[in-house]
Amino acid sequence: MKSENQVVLEFPSRSSNEAFARVAAAGFAMQLDPTLEELGDIKTAVSEAVTNAIVHGYPEDFGRIVMKLRIREGNILEIVVKDWGVGIADVEQARKPMFTTGNDERSGMGFTIMESFMDTLRVRSAPQKGTTVTMRKRISTRLGERK
Amino acid sequence: MQVKAESADRRLRLRLSGELDHHAARQLMKSIANELEYALPLEVVLDFSGVTFMDSSGIAVALHTLQQVKQLGGKMRIVNPSAQVKKVFFATGIQRMIEMEDADEK
Repeated sequence: MKSENQVVLEFPSRSSNEAFARVAAAGFAMQLDPTLEELGDIKTAVSEAVTNAIVHGYPEDFGRIVMKLRIREGNILEIVVKDWGVGIADVEQARKPMFTTGNDERSGMGFTIMESFMDTLRVRSAPQKGTTVTMRKRISTRLGERK
Repeated sequence: MQVKAESADRRLRLRLSGELDHHAARQLMKSIANELEYALPLEVVLDFSGVTFMDSSGIAVALHTLQQVKQLGGKMRIVNPSAQVKKVFFATGIQRMIEMEDADEK
């Protein structure tokens, strides 16, 4: 799949960057002319992925998070969120609804939301090496509005 | 994220406003716990009309609040969720555990 445009953002794992990341992703997605609902889906999925990196990737200290936003052929938005933190030993278990290693501030629903709000979700992780979450969503083309 | 509380006759309405994410959740949980402790309500309304964004952190806040309200012997419902907020609740099936109304008169 050819990449038509991309940006790469890097920020420390501070929780104040959750809002920054989702607004940046929504801003980048604007060139695909998404609906309000699609924008909401993108913001929500990014918020979950970045929060996971902040809370679970770097539980003890601050670390580096990289978010890559890409537009691919076919009006597809690809979002990659990468950390170099503690990683996930059992990805399959982590993706199950209600599973969390966090405290009662976490619901264990992050991956469930990413899965249902995006078209595809891929999670690659290795303990002590980090986690990469790749999500894709095709943005609907609206008839008569696109040049 | 802000919370405004109105209470009378052990009825408590908590008006939430702002973006409800992990960054906001801890302080919000504390504020709600304080309000519950003060009002000891039998009926709690979580008014989401001012919530402009919510992720799964909002689910943790809602479930945590519900648990505390139940311990007080009370009931809780969520009112005025935006389409985005509703979508998050429904995607996770949590709406089956919490009473929710699209709008209310107040």
